[in-house]
Amino acid sequence: MQSFERYQTGNSFLHRLAPRVKVVMTALFILSALLIPDGAWTAFLLSLMMLLVLIRIAAAPIGMAFKRSLVILPFTLTAFSVLFVTPGAPLIVLHPGPWTLTMTDAGVIRFASILARSLLAVKIAILLTATTPFPDLLHAFRHLHLPRTLVSILAFMYRYLFVLGDEATRLMRARQARSARLPGRSGGANLMWRGKVAGGMAGQLFLRSLERGERVHQAMLARGYRGHIYTLNPHVVTRRDWLFAAAGVFLLLLIQLIARFPLL
Amino acid sequence: MIPISLNTWLIPQLHIPDGFLSLAVSLFFWLIAIIFIAIAARKVQQDFDDRRTPLMGILAAFIFAAQMLNFPIAGGTSGHLLGGALAAILLGPWAAILVMAAVIGAQALLFQDGGFLAMGANIFNMGILTALIGFGLYRGALRGAKRFKLIIAAIAAWLSVMAGALSTSLQLWLSGTASLQVVMPAMLGVHAFIGVGEALITVGALAFIFKTRPDLLSAGEVRGRGGRGWIAAGGIITLLTVLLAPLASANPDGLERVAEKLGFINAGRGAPYQIFPDYTIPLLGETPLSTILAGAIGALAAGVIVVLAMRLLRQRPDQSLSAGDQ
Repeated sequence: MQSFERYQTGNSFLHRLAPRVKVVMTALFILSALLIPDGAWTAFLLSLMMLLVLIRIAAAPIGMAFKRSLVILPFTLTAFSVLFVTPGAPLIVLHPGPWTLTMTDAGVIRFASILARSLLAVKIAILLTATTPFPDLLHAFRHLHLPRTLVSILAFMYRYLFVLGDEATRLMRARQARSARLPGRSGGANLMWRGKVAGGMAGQLFLRSLERGERVHQAMLARGYRGHIYTLNPHVVTRRDWLFAAAGVFLLLLIQLIARFPLL
Repeated sequence: MIPISLNTWLIPQLHIPDGFLSLAVSLFFWLIAIIFIAIAARKVQQDFDDRRTPLMGILAAFIFAAQMLNFPIAGGTSGHLLGGALAAILLGPWAAILVMAAVIGAQALLFQDGGFLAMGANIFNMGILTALIGFGLYRGALRGAKRFKLIIAAIAAWLSVMAGALSTSLQLWLSGTASLQVVMPAMLGVHAFIGVGEALITVGALAFIFKTRPDLLSAGEVRGRGGRGWIAAGGIITLLTVLLAPLASANPDGLERVAEKLGFINAGRGAPYQIFPDYTIPLLGETPLSTILAGAIGALAAGVIVVLAMRLLRQRPDQSLSAGDQ
């Protein structure tokens, strides 16, 4: 079973910051990346430098951050069309079949800017996950006044993700073990049948989850559960957190200014 | 090891990352998502009471794990479950919205699958639309025979994926990230296939539960999860999807013209953050002083907002957060 946990243990400055400050600053960084206009490369570069410094402070492996940001790659396919439809000076003209596609300079700038924004956003999100344990994130959400029900659901979900992920893996292994096939022949009957089998597995998983959920609930009631979970971690926002937040906001504002006044 | 085949990564999924949606579109769908989640949290607390949250959390983990199940379709592609429609039929619409919001939130937080600012749109596409269509259609078919219910569930599951794809392409287009003529047919085409996998798994799961725990799917039980209003809401969304998808795929120019007339395109593409046009203060005209002043006012406003936000975040005695109150 592959671990779902993406937290990297450490004791860096970023690891020790109050989780809610990290959550708010991550959101502000993504917001700032989203607000940088197309083609403001200085601002994109400065944001990237800020990110690299943060990664360095966290002592997070940079390679990991870059490899995992490939997650957005499939989605960039959807943005390819802006290369050809944004009005601007033509760069390359393609003739696939009966169509004529004109790639414009403005289109290239727009596409590269979309890519830059999403890469910055996904990397800062990776950094947040890598320096903050999930339970701490959940407490940050409670401090940020997310509905208690939703936060509790997230907490229990996180707890049972591993258990039910294992359960699903076992179901698939069982199917695999019963799926003998001759080399070169496709296994299983028709599509309907294969879908039904996968559906049966999902149904099985649902019933097991439901029964486990009821058992867990009874067990927790027996141990004094009254609808929410307590923590011993105080999560105090200290002077250090305030300074970090102030510096971060200042830098992000600077980046926004530079993005709009290239002379600065 | 989770078996993840290569093709699952090459298919453009519905999880929109950050950077692909404009700020206006992101915020609009966050607003819708927040309204639905707030109502859902209240309803679920009333119906299930606060103490049933462990069950809801485990069912969210179930959706997460069920998304790992796959089966081969053809040519190396495989069928998967998104689970929105199945969750809505099994748990009721409000619980399903909450569960799907938790799943989408955890996917963004743990795997960066889907963005933070784009999360509102993702919850709308994969949690709210799917709950409306999935539960609405199934609730309408309650009087039919079991076979009829399963057929309706299949249609609902397929349509829920198509509605998500449709809504995703519209959001991308309104953000100026993609041309509608390209993204709409591509998204709908790919998801017409993905939807078949969704429909087969959903029906398979329901058929299995009909056999083993029919009590969970009895007509009375399903009625208790949501009133007749859901039939109308689901019907309207279904009608919109069925009408809009072929219309827009066949004639995207037409839709673009309509949007232009209504002023949508400019709303999507124009910068929504220009409170001061061109960063000058109207009274002072276009002088350097005016630009600097506008910048200073903007910075000051941002600073005030941040200070207020931080004050709100400050530690306050909340019994759910500290053990000391016990």
